[in-house]
Amino acid sequence: MERRDFLKLTAASGLLVAADALPARASTAKALPPDAVGLLYDATLCIGCKVCMVGCKQVNSQPGGALWSEGMKAPPYETIGGQPLWDAPADLTGRTLNIIQAYRGGAGTAKDDVNGYSFVKRQCLHCIDAACVSACPVSAMKKDPSTGIVSYDKDACIGCRYCQVACPYNIPKFEWDQAFPQIRKCQLCRHLEAGKFSACAESCPVGATVYGRTEDLRREAARRLALRPGDLARFPLQRVDSATTVESKVARYEQHVYGLHEVGGSQCLMLAGVPFDKLGFPKLPEKSYASKSETIQHTLYKGMIAPGILLVGLLFAAYKSTRDHE
Amino acid sequence: MSGKHTPVGGPLFTRMFAIALVFAGIGVWVLARRFMSGLGAVSNMSDGYPWGIWITYDVLVGTAIGCGGYAMALLVYIFNKGQYHPLVRSAVMTSLFGYALAGFSIFVDIGRYWNMFNIFKPSLMNFNSVLLEVALCIATYVVILFLEFTPAFIEGAKGPDASKGYNKIMFILVAIGVLLPTMHQSSLGTLMVISGDKLSPLWQSGLLPFYNVLTAILMGYGIVIFESYLSALAFKRPFETPILKKLAGVIPALLVVYLVVRWADLLMRGALGSAFTGVPALMFWVENILMVLALAMIAPAAKRASGKNLCLGAFVLLLGCAVLKFNMYIVGFNPGQGWRYFPSVPEIMVTLAIVAIEILAYLIFVKKLPVLPAPEHV
Repeated sequence: MERRDFLKLTAASGLLVAADALPARASTAKALPPDAVGLLYDATLCIGCKVCMVGCKQVNSQPGGALWSEGMKAPPYETIGGQPLWDAPADLTGRTLNIIQAYRGGAGTAKDDVNGYSFVKRQCLHCIDAACVSACPVSAMKKDPSTGIVSYDKDACIGCRYCQVACPYNIPKFEWDQAFPQIRKCQLCRHLEAGKFSACAESCPVGATVYGRTEDLRREAARRLALRPGDLARFPLQRVDSATTVESKVARYEQHVYGLHEVGGSQCLMLAGVPFDKLGFPKLPEKSYASKSETIQHTLYKGMIAPGILLVGLLFAAYKSTRDHE
Repeated sequence: MSGKHTPVGGPLFTRMFAIALVFAGIGVWVLARRFMSGLGAVSNMSDGYPWGIWITYDVLVGTAIGCGGYAMALLVYIFNKGQYHPLVRSAVMTSLFGYALAGFSIFVDIGRYWNMFNIFKPSLMNFNSVLLEVALCIATYVVILFLEFTPAFIEGAKGPDASKGYNKIMFILVAIGVLLPTMHQSSLGTLMVISGDKLSPLWQSGLLPFYNVLTAILMGYGIVIFESYLSALAFKRPFETPILKKLAGVIPALLVVYLVVRWADLLMRGALGSAFTGVPALMFWVENILMVLALAMIAPAAKRASGKNLCLGAFVLLLGCAVLKFNMYIVGFNPGQGWRYFPSVPEIMVTLAIVAIEILAYLIFVKKLPVLPAPEHV
């Protein structure tokens, strides 16, 4: 192969992808939607009673809920060995959108200690720059422009599961045992009428999970981190702006609001007394992977200019070759 | 894509044909269960590993094997190397099978297949989605491949000169047929960028699109050589050694570019720290050793002189590229939280069935249609 041909071949095959090597365009982090809402979960207040899981399953099994299906007779409980005694999911699944899990280290005696134990709540964090929304080819995952709730539309979904590949928290779940499966995830109880709010926050008896505007949640998280461990402080119940509060002894917090900066930030935030990687939440960069992927894609395909130029070149070369061969 | 091609002829129902038919049958049975009881009933895919071998082998590797037509069109029509013309038609046919069956695999794999045409609805299209680009591009390319192969049908029905008029527009099909794989094969690499650090740093890179399109082209040349050798054996035809030997000369340069960029990228990102523990690390070395081995087997001109050596070199190349693709999508992918994946037996049977269908279609097509170069021209 001649050197010139080799260069041409490399250039042609690499033209579209070479753009990737160009300096990435400054990608500004996405802004919080104007009426963004979410949850603040405080593991140091959580008593592990799982009432939030009961509330979530019941409320979301009502018509329009995130667990609801046409013809459903009972909420999709996950029982052990088929014995219908109690709902006992081990992890988030297509039937469980919210779960309280426990971390145990060392002797496991003291709460909120690396050598003790901690509870942890898992559900969709409603990312500001959501990977599932970026990944979905058919806009089945959508982020509400005003509330920022990341919702799912089964009528658009083709079941490709790219949202699952994309989510850094492994939140979207697929119904593997169904002939006509859906993706299931927390949609922040958006099916409820105005004035009602997320069932998990509504049912929490100790204020470990509160619902509210993300801006308020951020302020509340900052207030708690500034409290002095051992002092008595008041914590709102159900909603971050609630007048009803409970008094509790302040635990020693990890100085980290999980979800504030992770992959561009999320609308749901978490506080804990144990480092989050121990609780199963990965250490993540501030820049979202979705924005990296979109930068590559939009650099290559902006206005279809690069593919257009390539096509013209290819047409010319192919035309010339066809004539030469004749 | 004119030129002298002839049907191979001979009886259709051979032992090879019967074996392939059995495998295809088993696959149909597994798929019946999949459609009645859900994906979980037959596959080991999970919420941690939502993509298994149906996507990785049947779609990612399958379309790369189907890049023979793309790689040959690039050489013959874009770089104007007319001497390779006799190899183009069978390469386009293999591509057509590879891509059509990849499309079929996607249909089987997606959970809500009855909604699949949503990808063509402008109101639903998400242009941020890399997968949308892949889906639209592959769907269009299957049609283009069919049109590129149409002269074989025309000639098969009406005689060798009947396709002359049709060939006037062939250059348009060829140009689009080179553009589309360049686009979707690179996007099949970009697809994993959004998985972030769930994909090991040994593979997670902004250069994934480059690696995937380059290895797809390499697999394209590899499969043309490999398939020519096997079909020469199977149909007792002369092996097209001189032309394939020249064709193989394209491979080393591309392979060197691939290896240099890949290793520079690994070193610059400081990714090699992950290269010494666990199964992914082992597969990383298998992948790279196969690539270097393929280079050593194909680069020296003396080794290319024998058809057998050439075929062996092409096979190692195909294997190396396939391992890279498996590593990118499965081996290097770790969602954490204790998730594991290894394909189930029924899952593997479906993949084998798809290979079997490909062999069946190949046997039917080369025996009945003018696809392979006429022997006196070789």
